[in-house]
Parts: sequence; C-alpha cells; structure tokens
Amino acid sequence: MKLITAIIKPFKLDDVREALGDIGISGATVTEVKGYGRQKGHVELYRGTEYTVDFMPKVKIEVALSDEIVDSALEAITQAASTGKIGDGKVFITNLSDAARVRTGESGAMAI
Amino acid sequence: MEATFELAYALDTFYFLICGALVMWMAAGFTMLEAGLVRAKNTTVILTKNVALFSIACTMYMVCGYSIMYGGGDFSLFLSGITGDGATGAEDPATYAPSADFYFQVVFVATAMSIISGSVAERIKLWSFLVFAVVMTGIIYPVEGSWTWGGMPVFGMYTLGDLGFSDFAGSGIVHMAGAAAALAGVMLLGARTGKYGADGSVNAIPGSSLPLATLGTFVLWLGWFGFNGGSVLATASVESANAVAVVFMNTNAAASGGLIAALLVAKMMFGKADLTMALNGALAGLVAITAEPSTPTPLLATLFGAAGGVLVVFSIVALDKMKIDDPVGAISVHGTVGLLGLLLVPLTNDGASFSGQIIGALTIFVWVFVASYIVWSILKATMGIRVSPEEEETGVDVGETGMDAYPEFTAK
Repeated sequence: MKLITAIIKPFKLDDVREALGDIGISGATVTEVKGYGRQKGHVELYRGTEYTVDFMPKVKIEVALSDEIVDSALEAITQAASTGKIGDGKVFITNLSDAARVRTGESGAMAI
Repeated sequence: MEATFELAYALDTFYFLICGALVMWMAAGFTMLEAGLVRAKNTTVILTKNVALFSIACTMYMVCGYSIMYGGGDFSLFLSGITGDGATGAEDPATYAPSADFYFQVVFVATAMSIISGSVAERIKLWSFLVFAVVMTGIIYPVEGSWTWGGMPVFGMYTLGDLGFSDFAGSGIVHMAGAAAALAGVMLLGARTGKYGADGSVNAIPGSSLPLATLGTFVLWLGWFGFNGGSVLATASVESANAVAVVFMNTNAAASGGLIAALLVAKMMFGKADLTMALNGALAGLVAITAEPSTPTPLLATLFGAAGGVLVVFSIVALDKMKIDDPVGAISVHGTVGLLGLLLVPLTNDGASFSGQIIGALTIFVWVFVASYIVWSILKATMGIRVSPEEEETGVDVGETGMDAYPEFTAK
C-alpha cells in the first residue's frame, strides 16, 4: 500500500477529484495548506505600501491506495493538476504499513 | 397665517429629526469602516468602542455638553429648559422644536468621537478610551463648539464670528476637532507593533474586510446628507428648500470628486487601484465640502472634493513617514482635509475671510489638541492607555472583551 500526498493549486481540486474518480479511487482527504517553493510569494498593495505574501495557498490531497494503481493515480493527478506554469505543485509517494476501517475494523488493503 | 406657521414648524422639526437620524446612522458607517480596516483579532473591541462611545456622547452631551455649547454662558445640567415649545416664548421664535435641535446636535458630538476611535485602534485599552470619550464629549468638544456655533468669545478675548470665521456643518468644528484629539492620542500611544521597521520602512497591516469598509463608506456618504443637509436648519420655505437641495447636490458631487481623484492619484503613485485610498478619498471629499456646501457650483463642489481626495492620499503617506500610525486614515481624512475645507470657504462665501478661517482653525486645533493631550497624558499615567505587547499580539478582543468577532475563522 502507498500513500499519495499531492500539493496542488486550489482551483485544480475539482479536476483532480474527477480524475481520481475516473480510475476508481473512492476516497481522499483534502486540506487547505500554505507553503512556498520555486514559485515564491507575490507582492500585494495596501494603502500605498507593498507587502509580500510569502506563503502561497495550496490544497493538499492525501489518498491511500493499493500498489497496483499507484502509477495510474500518479498520472491522473499530474495530468489533472497541470497548468504548465510555475507553482503547479508536487506529489509525494510514501509506503503505508497498515490501515484500518473504523466502522468495521477491517485492516490492510480491505480498509482502503 | 397661523396654519402656515404651524405647518412650517412641523415640517422643519420633522426635517431636522430625519436629518439627525441620518447622522446617527453615520455611527454605523464609522463602525463598519473601522471594523473592515482592522485585523479580525481586534474587531470585537472596535465594535464595542463604537457602540459605547455613541452612547457616552449622547449621555454626556445631555448631562452638560449641550448647555456648555449653546447655553450662552448660562450653565444648566441635564438640559433643563430645552424641552417644550420653540414657537412661543423665545425672543427669536425658532421654527423647530428645541429638543429636535438637541437631537440634531448630539449626533454631531458622536461623529467627532467616532473619528478618534479608528486612529487609536488595535492597541488602545478599551476603558481608557471610554474615559476619554466622557471628557471629549462632555467638555472638550462643547467648549470649542461654544466659541464657534455657540457664538461665545474665546476665553473672553475674541469672537470668531466677528473675524469672518464660517464653518457651515463642521469641517473644522466636528471633523478637524476629532482629528486633533486623535492625533494627540496616537502620539502618546505609539504605532502598532510591526507597523514601522527599525530601518524606517513602513509595513502594511491589511484590514480584515474590504466589503465592510466599503459598506461603511457608503453608509457615511448617506449619513452625510443629514449632516450637511440638516445644517441648513430649515426646509419649510422656498428659500430654505432651495438651499437644502443645493447642499444635497454639492455634498454628493464632492464625495464623487474625492473618490475619483484618490483612485487616480493612487493608481499613478502606486500603480494599482488602491480601494481603501479611494474610500478615504470619498470621505475626504465629504469633509472638504462640509465647511461650505451651500455656495459652490456643482462643478466647484466636485473640484473641492477632488482636492480633498488628492490631499488625503499625500497626507496618509506623509503621516506614515512621520511614524504616526493611523490604521483608518482618520487624521488625514478629517484633520488635514478638514483644514482644507475651512480654507476653501472664502472662495465662494463672501461672509468668510481667510484670516478668520485660519484663526478659527488654529483656535479649534490648539484647544482640542492641547486639552486632549493633557487628558490622554493623565490617562497614560494612571490607567495606562496601551495594552500589553502580549495582548496586542494575540488581539485586543480576547484581552478586553473575552470574545472573538469571528470565532469560527480564528485558528486556535
């Protein structure tokens, strides 16, 4: 099992959710996050004074899935989230040792 | 004739009361403007300050303020003698009820006090501010009001009206007076933490809600028709009805001119359409025309407003350079432009002179600034006027009122 953690542009969230749905992935967790990378921040203006917004708003999607669909999920996310411009985000894949479904107590691949 | 007089009396009184209600609503405008321009963590205190200062102003003006301002030297507590009938008994029969006059005047005091609230926001102790409100609305404002609209000599030395001083609805008497008290408070308070860098840099502290700030500006704009329109004091004759219509038209023209000018100046200076500067520009236009909305042509009123709109942007930038931290720009809008408004009067009103305007402005400013500085200093030495650095960091809302304005949006 793997855990995919994708950081994407917020307005791409619906596209990514649909792309994941199309390949049969039935659940994900989404968090609003802030961060910085190569995109850096941007300058805003308030009452004549410029200030930099260092942390860009992003959305973090976490999806737990079985090994065989990791590649297609990765492809779905990168395609759906891409605009070709700087700041499109990153996808991290980590090994997942176990999982449990709270309601039934199922564990492992059965739980995701 | 008797029926005509009664009708005029009723109409003038009704008009006065409606205009007073419009000015009362300016308190809501100030509240929303200030709530929009402070950070979310300081919103509950700004709301509390505004509702409390309005109530304190109304109470203190009843206790002693009105009598100091309009008693003509005969001091009486608690408005004794001002209720009743204005049509009979008086040497110079008024065409409106005396208590309507009190109601119209009392909301002006609240306006002067509201101006102070925004400038000292985000760092002042709530209760010190409210104590200041008691002195300002009970004594400091009524004393300068007695020298101007009250017609009394300044400390028995000179009478401003004789020198050619004219301030129709209060660019100086209300707005610059409020700004002078605010300036004294800000100088003793110091800037908000983080506003100015050690190297002299100016840091932006963006307000929490530009929709609220914009709503507040429109509410003030609306209320201003009562502020200036009501200051004609009558509407039940052809002459006064014409004057009221001109004042409404010019007040609106000046606000529009001020907003357009500030928007263009901000675009040229900063490269972007700076909304809060534009909002200050509309208010600056209104302040600029308040000293004389009845004599300029509509074009001149627009240009006077535009002059206010240009000046306010430069004033805000200049005050920041001097490290005078005014979160809402009230000192610039009401003080700098209030002075401009006074100086514009002689251009269209032959009854006013530049020397009279300058002496009047100096009299108002020096009295209000010095008296306020003394009161703020006493408060600083006794109760303290500034919250602790920790409280400022976490927001004055929790420290002063125990309540977040937007609990569901605050990170815990």
